[in-house]
Amino acid sequence: MTSSTGTPRQVRKVVEIDQVVIRFAGDSGDGMQVTGDRFTNESAIFGNDLSTLPNFPAEIRAPAGTLAGVSAFQVHISDHEILTPGDAPNVLVAMNPAALKVNADDLPAGGTIVVNADAFDERAIEKAGYSANPLTDGSLHRYKVYEVPMTSLTLEACKPTGAKPRDAERSKNFFALGVISWLYQRPTETTIRWIAERFGRNPVVAEANTLAYKAGYHFGETAELFESAYEIHAATHEPGTYTNITGNSALAWGLIAAARLGNVPLFLGSYPITPASDILHELSKHKNFGVRTLQAEDEIAGIGAALGAAFGGALGVTTTSGPGIDLKSETVGLAVSMELPLLIVDIQRGGPSTGLPTKTEQSDLLHAMFGRHGEAPVPIVAAMTPAHCFDAAIEAVRIALKYRTPVFLLSDGYLANGSEPWRLPSVEDLPDISTQLATEPNVTLPNGEAAFWPYVRDPETLARPWAIPGTPGLEHRIGGLEKQDRTGNVSYEPENHDRMVRLRAAKIAGIAKDIPPVEVDDPTGDARLLLLGWGSTYAAITAGVRRVRRAGGTVAQVHLVHLNPFPANLGQVLRRYGRILVPEANLGQLVKLVRADFLVDARSITNVRGTPFRVGEIEADILDELRALGGRQAPAASPPANEMVASRDR
Amino acid sequence: MTIETDVAAPATTRKDWTSDQDVRWCPGCGDYSILAAVQLLMPELGVRRENTVFISGIGCAARFPYYMNTYGMHSIHGRAPALATGLAVTRPDLDVFVVTGDGDALSIGGNHLMHALRRNVNLTILLFNNQIYGLTKGQYSPTSEMGKVTKSTPFGSLDTPFNPISLALGAEAGFVARTHDMDRKHMMGVFRRAHAHRGAAFVEVYQNCNVFNDGAFEKITSRASRDEMLIQLEHGKPIRFGVDGHRGVVMDDQGRLKLVEVGGENGVPEEALVVHDEARPDPGLAFALSRLSLGPYEPTPVGIFRAVDRPDYGSLVDAQLLDAKARKGPGDLTNLLRSGMTWTVEKTP
Repeated sequence: MTSSTGTPRQVRKVVEIDQVVIRFAGDSGDGMQVTGDRFTNESAIFGNDLSTLPNFPAEIRAPAGTLAGVSAFQVHISDHEILTPGDAPNVLVAMNPAALKVNADDLPAGGTIVVNADAFDERAIEKAGYSANPLTDGSLHRYKVYEVPMTSLTLEACKPTGAKPRDAERSKNFFALGVISWLYQRPTETTIRWIAERFGRNPVVAEANTLAYKAGYHFGETAELFESAYEIHAATHEPGTYTNITGNSALAWGLIAAARLGNVPLFLGSYPITPASDILHELSKHKNFGVRTLQAEDEIAGIGAALGAAFGGALGVTTTSGPGIDLKSETVGLAVSMELPLLIVDIQRGGPSTGLPTKTEQSDLLHAMFGRHGEAPVPIVAAMTPAHCFDAAIEAVRIALKYRTPVFLLSDGYLANGSEPWRLPSVEDLPDISTQLATEPNVTLPNGEAAFWPYVRDPETLARPWAIPGTPGLEHRIGGLEKQDRTGNVSYEPENHDRMVRLRAAKIAGIAKDIPPVEVDDPTGDARLLLLGWGSTYAAITAGVRRVRRAGGTVAQVHLVHLNPFPANLGQVLRRYGRILVPEANLGQLVKLVRADFLVDARSITNVRGTPFRVGEIEADILDELRALGGRQAPAASPPANEMVASRDR
Repeated sequence: MTIETDVAAPATTRKDWTSDQDVRWCPGCGDYSILAAVQLLMPELGVRRENTVFISGIGCAARFPYYMNTYGMHSIHGRAPALATGLAVTRPDLDVFVVTGDGDALSIGGNHLMHALRRNVNLTILLFNNQIYGLTKGQYSPTSEMGKVTKSTPFGSLDTPFNPISLALGAEAGFVARTHDMDRKHMMGVFRRAHAHRGAAFVEVYQNCNVFNDGAFEKITSRASRDEMLIQLEHGKPIRFGVDGHRGVVMDDQGRLKLVEVGGENGVPEEALVVHDEARPDPGLAFALSRLSLGPYEPTPVGIFRAVDRPDYGSLVDAQLLDAKARKGPGDLTNLLRSGMTWTVEKTP
């Protein structure tokens, strides 16, 4: 590790860069998620803006060293505001040949690869499907490859702990973390503190991890392997207190907050399913908030229990993914008929059927819209970013409580497991979303008696009164059969059914006047092309739009949070644009809804790879469209491709 | 379930508990008799109408809530125990009844029934077993006898039927009973005990569907035959039945239950009879009793098979919530948001 002349080199210089995308990849058992998570936290504390994307396989632990077992964590850190985890990594950390094989092709030419050289033995190389050692056969000539003997150095570093080699080897992920933390000049105190806390009950492991981490950091500093370290300054953030939050955590906390703000007890009926289970886990921890969680026997029992709880005055919530939404459909329809507040959270994943449990997609929108027999409209709210899951939960609950209706809250695997820094709101600033329970009779009968009719509607919201058991004098029975307007008694009468179907539709449609109008991002005011999106595509679309504008192009953007009903001015907005592009991680679902409702020629950009859109592909489609439109809205010339900087969000 | 109230409930009559809806069951349906028994019983229980909820799924039995002047939900096929679980767990102050049938509870609803019993959710579950699908006009059900010819089994059913008592015991139910629609006093007695039981109380009610399966239980429930054909289970008493109690239940040295003659020249002495013990912790005896009869054509045990106490699910849930609040203090939203790793960005001067 000295230069060819035998003299130690000078301390390396530190180069300032504005961002980097790093992908940590290894075997499922190698701890890459922990490594990525810790690097993310170091960077968050340091003040960078960041965005993350874990990428793990569906199986619990595929055989070691196989391609199926590769688990990765990508993190994008920057000195300015960024939105996406990066189209492609600049740096790939590969803990074994399989990790290299699966991920190397995603690295643009000129990228950096840091490998655990010790893992590249003949057997592992063969298991990964290589016919020759990639480190020596020249196949990686386009990249800058650093071979670091991580396993042996880890074992060496951990000797003082007395741990057995097989156990000490597990700390090599912390060695890797140390190397990369040095390479990007990250602060080390938080990781060291975290290790002590996390492994507090196992001091040998805690010591081994700490020694490995420090050894990795030290290696970077002294080994003279790297020409320089890199510095990425803190980004300018609005003053406040921040935390790094995943979508599922934000959503869970949003539900707790919403129940508080709505002054209703929270009841979750749920069944474990990837990628939603973490919400059940998180909510089950917070019993001191009065949160009741039931891991039901199946998906249907989960939503059934939530609906039963809603009849009793609770906020009923159920959480699931695509397959569970299928099972819950009948009960959602019952909730529509019974007109009770109920939240159905769908963390979308690759479908159809079992599909890709750990990959992301947004292909359940049409199911949320139409997935019940009969005319059974349900409002839909969709989160845009991990932190926005918090606000989206509160908004979905607001609608459910006020209008006595089930509401779909859509998120996806990318938001659920991805993270970003979140400026914490002050609790006093959160909205009051409480609603009144019925306490009195609401009609006077011809004989002068007061009575309670459960389907007499509020003239403004068309919501029916929420009268819960325990309230004397308001005893009533409701069910799934069609009911007479106002009285709620079972009725098969033809005119009544027509009226009730239309009333239920009008109630949901009327929510449009209770949600904010769309705001169009159109800085020049004269764009002819509009990008329309919903859900997690917000990051890639926004980044793509910014790139095009930076290059001189003119394009407008709208991102929807409310999918049903649409904001009242959406049609008017859409009709202003000659061209509308709708990027979606499905085969075109929102695009169908807007075409049907507004008769506009919106076109799809689709991606069903199970990974988020690349900013580059959206940027390219926008540029193509602008050129096709003609006029002067396209940039004058394409910006030169810069392969070293794989992604820019600004 | 016993709900303790500080203030005694106002006195009520059957009329108070009867809703204003016309009852739409077929004339002669056994459900009328069950409805009457419940409507007569409720005033005797000293409970409040506003704290009472009847939840049903789909079926003829499931129309029951509409005829009770209480809170009620007529939900979807098989799912009543699930809705009832959510309600009972969040509202431990309520008396929650589930009214269901052999199709609703044992076919599509089997899973939810099992888990409500296993969890011991505080519910009174009344299963009207008429051994047929009435509402959909005459298909066979999971309790129909093998070989039964129905609309969907014109060549005879091939299904082995469930024994609902055995099933409930297998699902860990702490209170399991059987009654029938021809004996109002018996029904009221069993329903009273079921209501008083804290936890899941399962009651099978033999009910006659006079349109699609008339006379299914007549061999054992008619006035003429019931003395000989119904084995009345009474806690602490030797199990005897028949006119003058001339028949009884013994256990042989292989642990098998047998029906024998009691007293007289050839009969066994009363001391030889099994003494019924509904409170026995192990459900084995109750299960053996449930197997005494293969169907309502031979002597059949009725009454309370099992009645053991264990904490109900809602109470356990509440205890965990209270314990968490005591240990961590009531939940603070600000602290929750700041419970992860946080950092502060100061205002730039």
